[in-house]
Amino acid sequence: MATSITPSRDDSPDSGELVATSRGRYHVLTRYDRRVLVVMVGVPLVLDLIFIWWPTLSSILLSFTNYNGVGDLSPNNFIGLRNYQFLFSGYTLFWPAFFHNVIWLAWLFFLATPLGIFFAVLLDRDIRGTGLYQSVFYLPVVLSLVIVGFIWELQFSPTEGFINNALGLVKSGNIIDWLGNPRINLFSILIAASWRHVGYVMVIYLAGLKSVDPTLREAAKVDGANEIQAFFRIIFPVMAPINIVIAVITAIEALRAFDIAFIVNQGKNGLELLSILITNNSISEASLVGFGSAIAVILLLISLGPIIVFLSRVMRTRS
Amino acid sequence: MSAITSSRGPRPARLVLHGFLIVMALVWIFPLFWAIYSSLRPISDTIQNGYLSWPSGGLSLVNYQTVWSQADLPYYYANTLVIAVPAVILTLLLASMVAFACTQFSWRFNLATLMIFTAGNLLPPQVIIVPLYRIYLNTPIPVWSSIDIGQFSFPIFSDRGLLYDQYIGIMLIHIVFQTGFAAFVLSNYMKTISKEITESAIVDGAHVLRIWWNIVLPLCRPALAALGTLLFTFIYNDFFWALILISTGAKRPITSALNNLQGEFFVNNNLIAAGALLVAIPPVIAYMFLQKQFIAGLTLGSTKG
Repeated sequence: MATSITPSRDDSPDSGELVATSRGRYHVLTRYDRRVLVVMVGVPLVLDLIFIWWPTLSSILLSFTNYNGVGDLSPNNFIGLRNYQFLFSGYTLFWPAFFHNVIWLAWLFFLATPLGIFFAVLLDRDIRGTGLYQSVFYLPVVLSLVIVGFIWELQFSPTEGFINNALGLVKSGNIIDWLGNPRINLFSILIAASWRHVGYVMVIYLAGLKSVDPTLREAAKVDGANEIQAFFRIIFPVMAPINIVIAVITAIEALRAFDIAFIVNQGKNGLELLSILITNNSISEASLVGFGSAIAVILLLISLGPIIVFLSRVMRTRS
Repeated sequence: MSAITSSRGPRPARLVLHGFLIVMALVWIFPLFWAIYSSLRPISDTIQNGYLSWPSGGLSLVNYQTVWSQADLPYYYANTLVIAVPAVILTLLLASMVAFACTQFSWRFNLATLMIFTAGNLLPPQVIIVPLYRIYLNTPIPVWSSIDIGQFSFPIFSDRGLLYDQYIGIMLIHIVFQTGFAAFVLSNYMKTISKEITESAIVDGAHVLRIWWNIVLPLCRPALAALGTLLFTFIYNDFFWALILISTGAKRPITSALNNLQGEFFVNNNLIAAGALLVAIPPVIAYMFLQKQFIAGLTLGSTKG
């Protein structure tokens, strides 16, 4: 894991030579070997192209049509940008869903992810019971979001849930409908989602912290920096590659959000999300294939941001 | 370890630190504790005394028995196994081939190939679901015999002649989607294996298949174990693919079946708790025994590269 901080083997000065020799060897490969290699890469690649990239391109194509899933797609189905026009100006659920995704992203970014980083920094020390604390915070990460949703329903449900009972709201009759009230239910499920996200961030950050050169901390201490200064001025900048990974993971997680909202109320009444609008419009309730694809294209365009950030980082470390 | 000296602050600071961590740990564990507690209380007891009360008639496993037998849980676990075991094995095989070819040999498009896989894995599944759903509805698959074990019947390929609503269809999308992730992780791992091993094996006249299977794969055993554990949990925990690509309730794997069972069998919170915990138990046990693999799997994918 140290390779992300210190130059990896491939970046070392002699790598040019290594590549040269292996290129030389490549020509030594027999025709049979070369064919085998092509198959080894080719089969998974073709599957990936057919089942991931072809549907991605199809989504873009279908978003310009009014195709409803019946019969074959014909030139008459193409309606230009009409799906997008309706999406932005006529479809009342689009902007709420869009902003719910934005709130999701902001919540993870400014609350859950920093808390995970904070836990990692605290637990990356020689304190008693650090292993136990780590296990407790990490435990929710192995659970599916479906289970997480169920477990939190036991906390949030109006008359039978722990929270309202503990606050005495059931007895006094002032029930708060944590999951039903559209003004607060998004935040309720964000608490549930964070329960899992924090541990995930913590584990990744801890692994990164372990690979920070210990002499850096020593030097900071000798220079009289306190721990907070040392973290923000030295450790955090050194961790830049991992910070980027964490940011990408956080963004992707927010864009993929689907399961908990679906479990609670099928993503309605305050829990609309872009991902859920796609399936509701094109698969479960209606078969507006073209319109649903337009929403998918919006989600794709937003996702390209974090994906490109991640890929360019991979590019930089490899070349 | 410099951490030993640098973290030994003054005593009050350490007390605050421990106080904070203990409170947070309790907050973190409480929802799970509450679920366990609810699941162990018979509903009659809860109705009589309210949710926030001590059990008057003691705790029992009756909710677990009810859920286990009435909701046919063993059947759904079997569905998950039928999908997850072959999917994990095939994903590891395919991904290790890609990683092997892209890291042990220098050719023009190896970086581009890895990018295609990695980017594909990062896409939200909902971006591709609409066309994928149509592909599944329109791909013919031969109807072949099925494997019958007691009341269970698992069609080998398809029982409707389509990719849609089949175990093999769910398996396929998991394999394709996870191969992207696994190829990325494994190629990070294989980069650290010296290319000279492969080169000298080729000079000695070994075929690439042999080098992959007999030399490189054994060297990757720790990474394969870590990834296998992680992939199994990913697939076990999947909700979305099975929700959309399977229509027959009886074919649903356990995680997506759980949602259907709510309302039908889980008529009160105590039963919901028991059902959720029964489904949570396998990954939690796996985590307890394979903690190292889990964490290695996650961090291999994220901190290297």
